[in-house]
Amino acid sequence: MKLTLKAALALGATLVAGTASAECGIEAGSVRILSNDFEALRYINDGAMDCASDSVTVEANATSEHKNIQGPALSIDPAEYTVAVIANNSIVPLLNDGLIRPLDDLIAEYGQQLLPNQVISTGGEAMAIAFMGNGQHLFYRKDILDAAGLEVPTTYEEMLAAAETIRAQGLMETPLAASVKPGWDLAAEFVNLYLGTGDEFFAPGSAELAIDNDNGRLVLDTMRAMTEYMDPDYLTFDANVLNQLWDAGQVALMNQWGSLAGAAIGETADPEIAANTGLAATPSIGGNSIPAAALWWDGFSIASNISDEDAAASFQAMMHGISPEAVAANPTVATWLVDGYAPGDAAVGVIANANAGARAYPMTPYMGLLHTALSTELADFIAGREDADQALADVKAAYDDAATAAGFLQ
Amino acid sequence: MPHRTFTLFILPAVVAMLLFIALPIVSVIVQSLFVEHEQVMTEVENCSPFGCTTELRVDTAATAEIREERPLGRFAGFANYINRNHLAFAQVREIWQTSDSLGEGWARLMNLPFYKALAFTLVYCFVVTPCAMALGFAIALGVNTLPRLARGPAIFVSILPMIITPLIGSLILFWMFNPQGILGASLQVITGDPTLSLRASPLLTWIVLLVYGIWTNGPFSFVVFYAGLQTVPGDTLESAMIDGASRWERVRYVIIPHLAPLATFVALVQLMDNFRVFEPIVGFSAEANATSLSWLVYNDLVGQDSQAFGSAASTSVMTIAGVVVLLVPVLIRTWRDFNRKAV
Repeated sequence: MKLTLKAALALGATLVAGTASAECGIEAGSVRILSNDFEALRYINDGAMDCASDSVTVEANATSEHKNIQGPALSIDPAEYTVAVIANNSIVPLLNDGLIRPLDDLIAEYGQQLLPNQVISTGGEAMAIAFMGNGQHLFYRKDILDAAGLEVPTTYEEMLAAAETIRAQGLMETPLAASVKPGWDLAAEFVNLYLGTGDEFFAPGSAELAIDNDNGRLVLDTMRAMTEYMDPDYLTFDANVLNQLWDAGQVALMNQWGSLAGAAIGETADPEIAANTGLAATPSIGGNSIPAAALWWDGFSIASNISDEDAAASFQAMMHGISPEAVAANPTVATWLVDGYAPGDAAVGVIANANAGARAYPMTPYMGLLHTALSTELADFIAGREDADQALADVKAAYDDAATAAGFLQ
Repeated sequence: MPHRTFTLFILPAVVAMLLFIALPIVSVIVQSLFVEHEQVMTEVENCSPFGCTTELRVDTAATAEIREERPLGRFAGFANYINRNHLAFAQVREIWQTSDSLGEGWARLMNLPFYKALAFTLVYCFVVTPCAMALGFAIALGVNTLPRLARGPAIFVSILPMIITPLIGSLILFWMFNPQGILGASLQVITGDPTLSLRASPLLTWIVLLVYGIWTNGPFSFVVFYAGLQTVPGDTLESAMIDGASRWERVRYVIIPHLAPLATFVALVQLMDNFRVFEPIVGFSAEANATSLSWLVYNDLVGQDSQAFGSAASTSVMTIAGVVVLLVPVLIRTWRDFNRKAV
């Protein structure tokens, strides 16, 4: 009896798998996905893996090291992965080295489900398909703001004033937090605020750095002023630590990733904190009207160094993974850009930022070099050991050397 | 041994060393002399879900053509070595000429990434090595006096810090030093300062890293010295006791001279190890307050977009040079000892 039951289950499973692969409409090919490792992407990878059948193999490698392995893995022929899941910044090195292929033909043939704004194009060629938006936005504690008699801050100046009020009333000694750990996080914080000033990072049409100006100093001064209201350990705070601090009820106002909002207000969070967590657009800076935060998209590209058959199979499998039905089944894990998606509670902040005109993280080829320079050279400044002028001069010097060695500057 | 036998005997080792040590070093040295090709740029319109912008883009076809011709990149001589991110000759000259006081000059020098990393690397090397050796020696002496039955467990506990993967060990201590962790919270109570955080100031971060280094390096010295203690001649110790030597005098005049050659060996290995300190900096999230040469290489290779191979290679070459310089005194000493014995 037991055996028969097992056999029946196995048969059922095969049948389900059979119908799933038929849905994808792939005849044959190999699909190998490389992606970052967070909840939303794991759902998409699982969806793509439903397309596996006797003639189609689908594998997925979700790892936070994806950015470091994608270049070498896609350089070889045939490429180790057929699909690279990327974002605004990680698509750039692949574009620079020509490791991903134009998708126009594949979109025409298999991409009827896509909305026009899901297509990422450069120079008129479609190079990637976006499926979710992300970005850092304001998390606030309703109970603390109510107790202090404060409104939700809409500018950084108001945010600092609110922090002072909360401290003065004895509600919290260190009400602010930000991901300012030297490294990627610290640089991203600068990029967010600088985008909010409306200024450009580079002189038009060149790789010449242009952040040594009053807006650059305003951004740095604001970042330093914020640290006055943070836990003294702020130099070790990255995005994941922020969520832990938030859940422990130690922070009243912070800018945090939209993709982590679901965790902060979800079932695993402290119920009392979760109930009092509000999400809103990032405050603006310097009298500007736009939120001082970068907008990000996550999407996928198809490798150049693979056969056309594998490319078509990969595109179809990903179309299945990000289909409106798949997204409708997981509405809360991300801010989807897919047709028919109705935003959930966790998506409020990212959508508010996008509607208020926040700017996207630049796709400029040398932006990564600036990000690296910021990540190391702002450490002394944020630790309070040097002034803004020195910090900006250091960033420029480090960037100039790196950009010269990379061939972007003469 | 006939020359032929000797040659055949060491041939596998020589081939392996050439392949896995000498060749990679040569390749790193060659790489350090090159920078990437000039990028051919074109202006394009980029469109994303959040709108379109006009940005520059690398002309892949044209750049690939240049790369095909000369795959190593542009020859840059020593440019990678002397630019600001490394030895920074121009900046050091300016600091030398324009600083009013030694303190100001030092502060400006420490603002340059390479010198900042070098300072911590050297301090780590020269504080951790002798302290860890002293600690290891003390533990070895202690364990050696234990009853035979207790020695096994004592040895196991003593070498635990060496068994734990450095990254894991530093992460464990990092969380213990957290203000909510057992060590961090205890320190706050003991000092009566609720804002005390060992991770906030450079000095305290350095102290924590040095203490961690001594903790994790001690066991290696312990193992070697403990083995050495088993070879101390019992006769000499006994006659010293008959002559009325105290325990301290026996250690000072019998045991230490006996273990001196071992100490040279331990110092050699530990100096090399400590010069490439890396894991505790990552484990303790100490990048803001302490960086090392190895960390600079790591930082170049996990850059946001692309790996800065030239820059990483030049830092590596200078790290190798640093290890050689550190080892020279020890090697000279070994050479002298060797000659003395030969005579």
